[in-house]
Amino acid sequence: MSGLLDNFWVLLAGKVLIIATLIPVAGMVIGFAEMKLSAKMQNRVGPYFAGGRWGWAQLIADGEKFFQKEDIIPEEADAPVFKLAPMLVFVGTVALFVVIPFGPGLSIRNLDVGIFYALAVSSISTIGVLVAGWSSANKYSLMGGLRAAGQLIAYELPLVLATVGVVVMAGTMSLEGIVQAQAGWFGELGWTAGFPFIIPQFVGFVIFMTAALAELSRIPFDMPIAESELVMGYVTEYTGFRFLFFFLAEFANMFTMGALAATMFLGGYWVPGLSADVLRVAGPIILSVKIFALVFLMIWFRWTFPRFREDQLQSLAWKWLIPLSLVNIVATGIVKVVF
Amino acid sequence: MTSTDQDLVRHLSEVSVSVELETEDMTLNIGPQHPSTHGVLRLLAKVDGERCFDVRPVIGYMHRGYEKLAEVRTYAQITALINRIDWVSGYANEVPFMVAAEKLMELEVPERAQYIRLILSEMARISSHLVFMASYPLELGAATPLFFALRERERVLDLLESVTGGRFHPNFNRIGGVKPAAGAGSTQRKTVQDLPAGFFAETREAMDRVDGAVDQLEDLVAGNEIVLARTRGIGVLPPEVAAAYGVSGPNLRASGVRFDLRKVEHYLPYDRFDFTVPVGANGDCWDRWWVRLAEIRQSASIIRQAIDGIPSGPLQAKVPKVIKVPAGETYVRAENPKGEMGYHVVSDGGQGPYRLKIRSASFSNISILPWILEGALVPDIIAVMGSLDFVLGDVDR
Repeated sequence: MSGLLDNFWVLLAGKVLIIATLIPVAGMVIGFAEMKLSAKMQNRVGPYFAGGRWGWAQLIADGEKFFQKEDIIPEEADAPVFKLAPMLVFVGTVALFVVIPFGPGLSIRNLDVGIFYALAVSSISTIGVLVAGWSSANKYSLMGGLRAAGQLIAYELPLVLATVGVVVMAGTMSLEGIVQAQAGWFGELGWTAGFPFIIPQFVGFVIFMTAALAELSRIPFDMPIAESELVMGYVTEYTGFRFLFFFLAEFANMFTMGALAATMFLGGYWVPGLSADVLRVAGPIILSVKIFALVFLMIWFRWTFPRFREDQLQSLAWKWLIPLSLVNIVATGIVKVVF
Repeated sequence: MTSTDQDLVRHLSEVSVSVELETEDMTLNIGPQHPSTHGVLRLLAKVDGERCFDVRPVIGYMHRGYEKLAEVRTYAQITALINRIDWVSGYANEVPFMVAAEKLMELEVPERAQYIRLILSEMARISSHLVFMASYPLELGAATPLFFALRERERVLDLLESVTGGRFHPNFNRIGGVKPAAGAGSTQRKTVQDLPAGFFAETREAMDRVDGAVDQLEDLVAGNEIVLARTRGIGVLPPEVAAAYGVSGPNLRASGVRFDLRKVEHYLPYDRFDFTVPVGANGDCWDRWWVRLAEIRQSASIIRQAIDGIPSGPLQAKVPKVIKVPAGETYVRAENPKGEMGYHVVSDGGQGPYRLKIRSASFSNISILPWILEGALVPDIIAVMGSLDFVLGDVDR
């Protein structure tokens, strides 16, 4: 058995299989949670009949419906690019799963530059969005795509800067190392906190979540889609399976962004008082609970707030979030040196 | 210097070198199929990036020719047509037309019928404004207020239905009065059971709930910083421009003009009720939202006063079996939820009008769009358009 697992290709196939099942499952669970939670917030019942109880199979039924739809490519569209866009959107999501630690040693690949890598690949989705907007040959799609690009430039910076505080405190960019730094039972890292970084880095957490919402283009930052303005923004021309890709990617991205935030600020798979052996089993469950707490926050925002205007988003990012995160970095550095 | 050199120098001094990037304008066709044009309004906008200029509304997709249809119908039949003009407040459309016909016939409408008309008109106003309260946050991107507003609107529509038998198109007015209520017993005994049993108690309860919903909406929407950022100072409509374009109703009052036809005209006995006319200060989208919210409260208060003081008596004045309106013409206008609704009836003594001119509020209200949207951002187009609260049936007729 162990001999089989040592084989590189077998291991690779296994890891790919895990990611390939995890993404749709995570996407569907979050999609279903969104349906049910929004229903609760609006005095509705939500999905009810599919699957016999609580409508648990609603998203499976929805997915099946998308498969049956006609695959329409507009005549004027740039067909190869149009087909490429949904996959590009998905690439970022898949690539992000690689570095998320689900338990001690339980990550697909523990990169030394984990955060750096994660933030870099997470913006690939935005390129997919821009490509989708451009190739659709639709004015609303184009505006949606360009809005997404503007949003990326405005929000990538606070997103990166907000993580710097965490990196300074942990002394490592590896996500695994950051969890260990928060856990406080791996002495070899030198300085261990023993508490989640949300306590000293609360400002960073708020900035990160705000920027993550913008990156995910969810309300209050859903200008690239903006149903009431741009019809459906960059997904206006997509149907069937390709639309499903965007749809699933949105929910899976919520999961990965939640996972990043949970790992950096909430202690990841770690809770106080549990040993490494216990966490090897319970880790994934603990991390999932933390992720879903953050996802709940995102869903809650979505059904409460209206949407910002594009210029308001820019001024929020450049006038508030970026200066605030710079101050946060300086303060973190001073505290780190003094204590 | 030769003359050609001088020419060259002059030429060079006139030529300014542009280092700015030239961008191409894009013509954006918003509608007639678009999620937030309230039906089939079409806007032709030239946009430069997100900023748009030269917005031209294209109307007529909903034209049903009611003015022409009215010429070949009797007065009683026209009632069924005109409550489809502004379908969000169907009942309120009927009243001014009936008043116009009654004015030409010199009929005295019984007091009780007038009070019932007034109560139902105010209910139509509440339901129309609640639709606005539901749809406006949706256009700004917030989906949840919709459910809170529409839930209470359903209560009001239930009451309308219990009296008239119809939720949207009541067709309840008769020349000289109102029809006995649906399910109110024999149509012969018109004085006894005109309103359904328990109507007053249910109305009081519904009005309390409407007040509660208004408080809730104020909490949910007005307490939100993003809503304020999206609506304050957006789409400012100065009072003189509003008056010049014939804008009326809550849109005019939001610009600070205290003008309400309920206080000016006497098409219904509004002078016996104690209510205020809320006005805005700046004439921006926020004021237009706020004025409608305040009007819901006032309407609820008017309905409470009306059911407390409703007189007894007949529902219908004495009218001949075949209704013929004496020759003449008149114009009656009323304060409808969307603004001033007027009917110019020209009669040549027949069973139907010779000519009917309908002055609808939304038509005049959206004539402001090219002026108010000049230089606006694309998201603000939607915010401003939504705040004007028009209905396409009311625009095209």
